[in-house]
Amino acid sequence: MNLSLNFVALKTIVRKEVVRVLRIWVQTIFPPAITMTLYFIIFGNLIGRRIGDMGGYDYMQYIAPGLIMMSVITNSYGNVVSSFFGAKFGRHIEEMLVSPMSNATIILGHVAGGLIRGLLVGALVTVVALAFTRVEVRHPLITLSMVLLSSTVFALAGFINAIFAKKFDDISIIPTFVLTPLTYLGGVFYSISLLPEFWQRLSLANPILYMVNAFRYGVLGTSDISIATAYAIVLLFVVVLFAVSLALLNRGIGIRE
Amino acid sequence: MSPDGQAASCPAGTATRGAYTIRGSMHALSIRNLRKTYPNGIEALKGIDFDVAPGDFYALLGPNGAGKTTAIGIICSLVNKTIGTVQIFGHDIDTDLAAAKACIGLVPQELNMNLFETVQNIVTNQAGYYGIPRRKALQRAEQYLQELRLWDRRHEPARNLSGGMKRRLMIARALIHEPRLLILDEPTAGVDIEIRRSMWDFLQRINAAGTTIILTTHYLEEAEHLCRHVAIIDKGTIIENARMSTILRKLQREVFVLSLREPLASAPVLPGFEAALRADGELEVAVDADHSLNDMFQALNDRNIAVVSLRNKANRLEELFMRLVEGKSAGQAEAAG
Ligand SMILES: Nc1ncnc2c1ncn2[C@@H]1O[C@H](COP(=O)(O)OP(=O)(O)OP(=O)(O)O)[C@@H](O)[C@H]1O
Ligand SMILES: [Mg+2]
Repeated sequence: MNLSLNFVALKTIVRKEVVRVLRIWVQTIFPPAITMTLYFIIFGNLIGRRIGDMGGYDYMQYIAPGLIMMSVITNSYGNVVSSFFGAKFGRHIEEMLVSPMSNATIILGHVAGGLIRGLLVGALVTVVALAFTRVEVRHPLITLSMVLLSSTVFALAGFINAIFAKKFDDISIIPTFVLTPLTYLGGVFYSISLLPEFWQRLSLANPILYMVNAFRYGVLGTSDISIATAYAIVLLFVVVLFAVSLALLNRGIGIRE
Repeated sequence: MSPDGQAASCPAGTATRGAYTIRGSMHALSIRNLRKTYPNGIEALKGIDFDVAPGDFYALLGPNGAGKTTAIGIICSLVNKTIGTVQIFGHDIDTDLAAAKACIGLVPQELNMNLFETVQNIVTNQAGYYGIPRRKALQRAEQYLQELRLWDRRHEPARNLSGGMKRRLMIARALIHEPRLLILDEPTAGVDIEIRRSMWDFLQRINAAGTTIILTTHYLEEAEHLCRHVAIIDKGTIIENARMSTILRKLQREVFVLSLREPLASAPVLPGFEAALRADGELEVAVDADHSLNDMFQALNDRNIAVVSLRNKANRLEELFMRLVEGKSAGQAEAAG
């Protein structure tokens, strides 16, 4: 593989993705910030006051990391799925397919785009959170690495979704019926220790639970699950999803007849 | 344009356009037993073979649905082949794909650009995909957008361009990495006459500078004007493949339409020629390979028939094309040979 060629190509895709995110910021950056502000006002401020403590923190403080993580995840996913599916739909994916850059470069470029949008929105939501509560980061390295890894997992998942998608409906089905429920049940709003035994066990099958908890551990220093397990699971997802994406792209599934 | 050992230049290329070195007998494109059956069962290519010589200007002709775009799609990795081999400047797409791709520039039949992206970004991004650093990409973008008269529109999104401008943008995009082989799939469809002529000039200049060109078109006049080699494909099979001059020579006869000064009551008898009177009063005369136009005029003079003007009934290539593809000759003129 020609490394310098692929490096230039990677930078080009990232640049293109950033231009896209900023060009349509009204769709990409703005709405998540509004939604999260509402969450903070309603769940944190209004309802949170009646809930009292959660895991030893006041409710607003407890949900802040989860809400940040949730916005990073959904935006990383959303960016890649809509950008890559858009390229398929508008046929400009062909610009990339005819070029000599490797398929891995195509994936990495789009994942990077997803990461950038996820982090941009995450940063914005953090700023919003600061308006409502204190956010002190206990373990910066864990916080940062977990947010990057989780963002990567969902960017890759969005990529795979885009590969299989044939129409615009297909890029909202997974987010609506899989991603959103898993996020809500992933311990963003509550500690799973509040759940009955059976539901606690079931929750452990939800990968988002590990991301949210590890991230919350990074921020607050409290978690429902072991941090090592969280890293193992998230890393495993990164590796498996990347391999799947690459295999699909190499075989031209959903892209080449 | 210097071939500075650029990451994106076609690796086997000892030089890019301008100074061309042809290595041995290597073909710009070599296709063997290429077959394609689409998932819906349509057999778009039934085993085609052809070679394109470096520096050639090659026409790939055929009626709608013949398989031209499918063949081009396979060459450019946009369509998976069912079986067969494709080599671009010696690089096999099965074993040496990146190198093969680096040699090709494609102007596709259908628009495939992000209409929300600016003209300049479309070209510079494409350069980036071929490994051309941004600064250099910007220089080349200026050069090619100027040449294709799009420079003034560079900051506008592509959707603001007219159809003909979008086609020219796709040409600029295909050339930005200075490929050794340029493939154009109906580049002049929907382009006005003036722009078409200037596109022809442009393509001829690029070809003269060393770029091999493969072109598909439904304007046979265009193929006749530009191309030195023709392959005709029909229903997934190549039915003719020869130098343009050879093909044109094969035409045993041509039909001319003459406007006459005085209307005639009936078709005149011209020895050695078939003449027919058309409903509009014009005279059609078929001239075969054994006779010259002088002979025809001599015969007309002998009968005191004054001719005001004359034109070909059909473009010559068109005539052959119709004969080959439909198994019959153009119009009423029966094939003499
Ligand atoms: N994606 C596809 N799926 C199924 N069949 C296809 C597909 N693309 C093309 N075909 C079929 O393959 C055959 C060849 O099509 P192709 O587009 O290669 O023709 P063409 O020579 O480029 O025609 P035109 O001059 O109209 O552009 C046609 O019968 C067409 O219907
Ligand atoms: Mg076609």
